[in-house]
Amino acid sequence: MSNPKQLDSQVNIASVLTSQFTDQSIAVSRSDHEQGFTAPFAKQIQDNVSQLARRDQVFEFLKPPHNPLIDTRHNILLYLEGVSVSFDGFKAINDLNLYIKEGELRCIIGPNGAGKTTMMDIITGKTRPDTGQVWLGSKLNLLNMDEAQIANAGVGRKFQKPTVFECLSVWQNLELSMAGTRNVWSVFRAKLSGEQRDEIERVLVLIGLQEQAAMDAGSLSHGQKQWLEIGMLLMQKPKLLLVDEPVAGMTHQEMDRTAELLNSLAGDHSVVVVEHDMDFVRSIASTVSVLHQGSVLAEGSMTDIQNNAKVKQVYLGE
Amino acid sequence: MLQTLFANTMLKTDRGGQLLMLLLMALLILVPALNLLVPQGHFLHVETYTITLLGKYLTYALLAMSVDLVWGYLGILTLGHGAFFALGGYAMGMYLMRQIGDRGVYGNPELPDFMVFLDWQELPWFWQGFDMFWFACLMVVLVPAALALVFGFLSFRARVSGVYLSIMTQALTFALMLAFFRNEMGFGGNNGLTDFKDILGFSLQADTTKVSLFMASVVALILGYLTCRKVVSSRLGKVAVAIRDSETRVRFIGYNVANFKLGIFILSAMLAGIAGALYVPQVGIINPGEFSPLNSIEIVVWVALGGRATLFGAIIGALLINYAKSWFTIELPEVWLFALGSLFVLATLFLPKGVTGWFTDLSNNKQSNRNINSNNSVAAKENAHE
Repeated sequence: MSNPKQLDSQVNIASVLTSQFTDQSIAVSRSDHEQGFTAPFAKQIQDNVSQLARRDQVFEFLKPPHNPLIDTRHNILLYLEGVSVSFDGFKAINDLNLYIKEGELRCIIGPNGAGKTTMMDIITGKTRPDTGQVWLGSKLNLLNMDEAQIANAGVGRKFQKPTVFECLSVWQNLELSMAGTRNVWSVFRAKLSGEQRDEIERVLVLIGLQEQAAMDAGSLSHGQKQWLEIGMLLMQKPKLLLVDEPVAGMTHQEMDRTAELLNSLAGDHSVVVVEHDMDFVRSIASTVSVLHQGSVLAEGSMTDIQNNAKVKQVYLGE
Repeated sequence: MLQTLFANTMLKTDRGGQLLMLLLMALLILVPALNLLVPQGHFLHVETYTITLLGKYLTYALLAMSVDLVWGYLGILTLGHGAFFALGGYAMGMYLMRQIGDRGVYGNPELPDFMVFLDWQELPWFWQGFDMFWFACLMVVLVPAALALVFGFLSFRARVSGVYLSIMTQALTFALMLAFFRNEMGFGGNNGLTDFKDILGFSLQADTTKVSLFMASVVALILGYLTCRKVVSSRLGKVAVAIRDSETRVRFIGYNVANFKLGIFILSAMLAGIAGALYVPQVGIINPGEFSPLNSIEIVVWVALGGRATLFGAIIGALLINYAKSWFTIELPEVWLFALGSLFVLATLFLPKGVTGWFTDLSNNKQSNRNINSNNSVAAKENAHE
């Protein structure tokens, strides 16, 4: 850039490549020279032109308006700060602060009515909090987004009661959940590519439903529906998985497999598990947050929690 | 393009729909031939009156199918689809009115009779352009689509659903009926639009025109069916069914439910508009009565009787009930309403899946019986071997 001659030739080459506007301004700058106008003015124009023609930069208006990538530079994926929500005067969530790290597996426990499900509703956009902030990474404000946008930003949710699309086959359930286009016309035109088929096959194997792929989801057993729903979550490729009571109604073997699966998911994804079953929570060995009356009562490893006096008081009424 | 559409949809379609489409194609060729080629008085001759009646039923069938698309697949119980049908009909009616020219009672070359009667001096702005067939055809789909867009945009975004939405659709068609009854609206008031002379220069009284309109109805029904079939067998159709069964879940997967509902609702409104446009030249009149809430409810009865979420079931339902209606109103006019009522009660009690559902169940039972029998015989053979 320091050599003016080199710069000039660069401008000339670039002017051929770029728009008419650039050509015209070069013409103006040349005529300025010929008529002996003030040199600094011409220089300024030339500078501007060379700025326009720089090939290592993109014009501001050509840049995508918003970078959808989640910013986790501070190693925290989900921020809930000072969140409160009340229903008819009852404070379901009361000044809740919770941070989920990237790749973490977090269990949330707490007695009935502690606000566990309400918390999930807030994160996924189903309920709007009265006060507080919810951010995904440090760039995405979840309070400004609706359910669909939040889901597309990378938050997947499994409900307490398994909700699969009963009239569709297992395969179709997975196909619909697959990350990708969500626009009406392109969904109408959508066709499965070979890669996408492989992806569905892979998840089918993972959740152990290869045999049932063509069956209606409505005819699956309760445990299988739970698994299918987890499979649907995986197809969404979320960064954050919210799992509400994943082992309700499962046999012990199924429970073990679920624990294994959730453990294997942590790392690539952050997983938040709400669960009542203490054995299960112990088996997935992770950080535990205890929710009580809408705020976090204690946080730590399972043994810490079990020895915590406050927690004992809440759970056992001692 | 058409061929690929055809191949794609026909291959994936179920047998009932295929059979019905074949039947319709046979009708398309056979009925005009029997009318025009076989001499009058011959026992194979089909009266033109019958053809027009059949054509009318086919437009009803297209209407019923459009309702099935939103009710059966999307779960929106619309009780106002008659409005889209009537709007399509009015658009075609306006074209037919302009075609009358100076052959009206008052002989005004520009204004339709009712405007002269109301002492209007010039054509209102919304009647401009309807002297052109292509413009009228465009309006036949665009006006219902626009209404569906506005109505759907407001109600789906506000997440109105279930019975509340049904009531709103009733209110919509009722409001439109009241509006169209007013003379000042400029659509002929309670008399509506009638006394049509010709379409595209062909007299509406001529047999050939009537047969052509019938054929157009058959073609519209077939194309409409293929379009709907294409939609419901695509991933869009799966999303629609998913929305019907669990709307919240679809939202949490990341689909904007309101947009999907809106898209299918608009398509359905357009189909209803086309049905209305084909209906009007065949019956020769369109009046605000078509907007009446009762009409819209009747469409839902057709679909329910035929079988929801099958598309061809809606066609069968519409044809069956309307045939029964014609028969009863001629043979036993005072019994008709009771018959319709009991038909509906009996259908809900004994045929919850409609006529088509009943047939599929029957054939499934037969098949499973056969399987059991064949299994038994295999077992018997094995026993014999031992």
